[in-house]
Amino acid sequence: MIAEIGQFVLILALVIAVIQTAVPLVGAHRSDTALMRVGSTAAIAQFILLLISFSALTYLFVTSDFSVSTVARNSHSAKPMLYKVSGVWGNHEGSMLLWALILAFFGATVAIFSRNLPAGLRARVLGVQASIGVAFLLFITLTSNPFTRLSPAPADGQGLNPLLQDPGLAFHPPFLYAGYVGFSMAFSFAVAALIEGRVDEAWARWVRPWTLTAWMMLTIGISLGSWWAYYELGWGGWWFWDPVENASLMPWLSGTALLHSAIVVEKRGALRTWTVLLAILTFGLSLVGTFLVRSGVLTSVHAFAVDPERGVFILLILCFFIGGALLLYAWRAPTLKAGGIFAPVSREGGIIFNNLILVTACATVFVGTLYPLALEAVTGEKISVGAPFFNATFVPLFIPLLIALPIGPFLAWKRGDLLGAMQRLIVPLGIVIVAIIATYVLQNGGSILVPLAIGLAFWLIIGPMAETAFRIKFLRVPFSETLRRAANLPRSSWGMMVAHLGVGVTVLGIVAISAWRVEQIIVMSPGSSTEIAGVTLTFNGAKQRRGPNYSEDAGSFTVTEKSGRAYPMEATKRVYTRQSMPTTETGIHYYFDGDLYIALGDRHEEKAGAYTVRIYFNPLAPWIWFGTLFMFFGGAISLTDRRYRIGAPKKAKVKSKTMGVQAA
Amino acid sequence: MTRKQRRATMIFAALGTLGLAVGLVLFALNDSIVFFHSPSDVLEKKVETGKRIRLGGLVKEGSVKRGRGTTITFAVTDMAKDIPVQYTGVLPDLFREGQGVVTEGVMNAKGTFIADSVLAKHDENYMPPEVAASLKKDGHWQGGRGEDEATRKGAGS
Repeated sequence: MIAEIGQFVLILALVIAVIQTAVPLVGAHRSDTALMRVGSTAAIAQFILLLISFSALTYLFVTSDFSVSTVARNSHSAKPMLYKVSGVWGNHEGSMLLWALILAFFGATVAIFSRNLPAGLRARVLGVQASIGVAFLLFITLTSNPFTRLSPAPADGQGLNPLLQDPGLAFHPPFLYAGYVGFSMAFSFAVAALIEGRVDEAWARWVRPWTLTAWMMLTIGISLGSWWAYYELGWGGWWFWDPVENASLMPWLSGTALLHSAIVVEKRGALRTWTVLLAILTFGLSLVGTFLVRSGVLTSVHAFAVDPERGVFILLILCFFIGGALLLYAWRAPTLKAGGIFAPVSREGGIIFNNLILVTACATVFVGTLYPLALEAVTGEKISVGAPFFNATFVPLFIPLLIALPIGPFLAWKRGDLLGAMQRLIVPLGIVIVAIIATYVLQNGGSILVPLAIGLAFWLIIGPMAETAFRIKFLRVPFSETLRRAANLPRSSWGMMVAHLGVGVTVLGIVAISAWRVEQIIVMSPGSSTEIAGVTLTFNGAKQRRGPNYSEDAGSFTVTEKSGRAYPMEATKRVYTRQSMPTTETGIHYYFDGDLYIALGDRHEEKAGAYTVRIYFNPLAPWIWFGTLFMFFGGAISLTDRRYRIGAPKKAKVKSKTMGVQAA
Repeated sequence: MTRKQRRATMIFAALGTLGLAVGLVLFALNDSIVFFHSPSDVLEKKVETGKRIRLGGLVKEGSVKRGRGTTITFAVTDMAKDIPVQYTGVLPDLFREGQGVVTEGVMNAKGTFIADSVLAKHDENYMPPEVAASLKKDGHWQGGRGEDEATRKGAGS
């Protein structure tokens, strides 16, 4: 019964989405307020219907109703409750329903929170947003219905892939999707603006919070995924340049570019056409990501033959929306008025530099991800493009951006003073030089690249602080005056500092783990011990244990520090009973300066009770993810900025000077 | 600076960055991609020793030998030909005899493949696509779980 309700409501949502697409767009065209108002009502209705549908599916998973095919294939009665819930989106059908739900959620927030958006723009945004909804709801109902019944119902389900039964991964997809789908708002605003033929400061002020929210979610989603790979796969790595990872990195890169270029539109009215294009491309890359992951094209080009419908359907959605939007762009963009002029060395110039590098870096990831697919499709030759490719392309492109990052905020709008900016950065520069020398001395020779990279990380952490210190005149005026200035500094300025500093924290973690990781792979018998990174690790033997839906060999270790302090650690190898699939549960002890990381390998065939053990000391590893938290909170602080909270966005006075479109 | 000059600066900067990127990409594609081969390919095409390749197939039943230390030897087969593989380290969770595997490394002069990474990941039904394709080509394996596997992998990432 519940499944049928879920299905019925899903189809109803599709009908509402069709109405929400057509009526407001026609209304906006005819300037008919009554028709335009339908958009808001429909958006809220669509969201509520999808929420009911999604709740129905969740209920089916929680109550383990195996007469529903999706539940039977992806759940199991013995699974812990958390994973019954996360199982809802741990499969193709459910995750697409979540996609549609989040899409409708964003539509509903526009309907509720943007009463003061011009009626025409709001109607068009809602219409475009709903058209994406129509496409995906059609996709779900036609090719991936989550509510299909099974007859006869199996006695128990097949269970969720054990690798996904993990708290970190349970919340990875919702965040990632909120990011992907959040960029649909920027897309809808861009297309609506193209239809209206107007992109101005007020438009940018509307687009930015949505983009920022999407970007924050995507940041956390990617970070959770990477953290999971680190502790779950047992390889001690945090990023593998796997095509699935790249699929999420691409929209993040272009979304980051969009985030910055929207500021230029908002503050200076420049870069309008470029920002619109970027909004279209960013959502396009989100769709490409969805396509790559959902169609199965990544596991194999041949997966098309296995399930041609789904892949081709998403490809059609992708072509329709991105192709359509680009056509509209080609047609309408020349009519958009160009805004303020600026010198190459200026805040605008800095942001163009940022955009140029982010977009180019994104393109190299795109090539590296799709080239093997294209080559195989054309010549049948199979190659793998892995970390060496990206280290040789992405990394060198990104370094200039990182070097420039702390300088940008010191440049004034319109015309900046590079020399002045560098003078204000003299203190950070001094600290960086000290850090480079100190690292060089401490690491006792070796490659000069490592100290330089550490210096870069310090530059990225201290540079943004120096900018804030400069603004609040830290130590240059009485402390009370500094406090007053700090209180008056716009939230977006604080947010920028925190997010930029987070980049530095992440870079520091990456450099440290890449340069100084210590690895040991040894066979350990019970009672034997080894030394790593200044601690002694003793293996006490392994025991058999049973969990709710798995059994495991639990290896117990004792770590003794130089000071004599000792603590236990455990690393296990699990076998999930239902799937007879083994997984590694690593033991990680977090120190301030790094992680002690143990993964239990195979049982030794000859020596009784001995195991192969993989031990790492990963210096500063958690900083990689701390940095992304900084970026997230930086975004959140920026989001609370006064100008997004208060009143209708005032239309800034448009300068009468019209200039040529700023090519970027 | 006039508007024209300014625009020219921007365009040059953009072209410069793009040019640099294209250069890097071409260089890297030449240098750091790895070709996939089945055991028959390796023996027929005479892959030169020392060249990095990926070797994929099934782990031959009864071929896995764990030495005294952490070095393991096994054979990768495509049912027609076998190649002995030597690997030092911890095998992935899903490494099993009779299952699909992809190894990366170099052939040595004695015809042994010295692997530095062994992949067998994500799912108990997982068949590395290259392996599935090369086995299918030779008619040794009929895939049937591709859909399940693809969706699971998708959800997992």
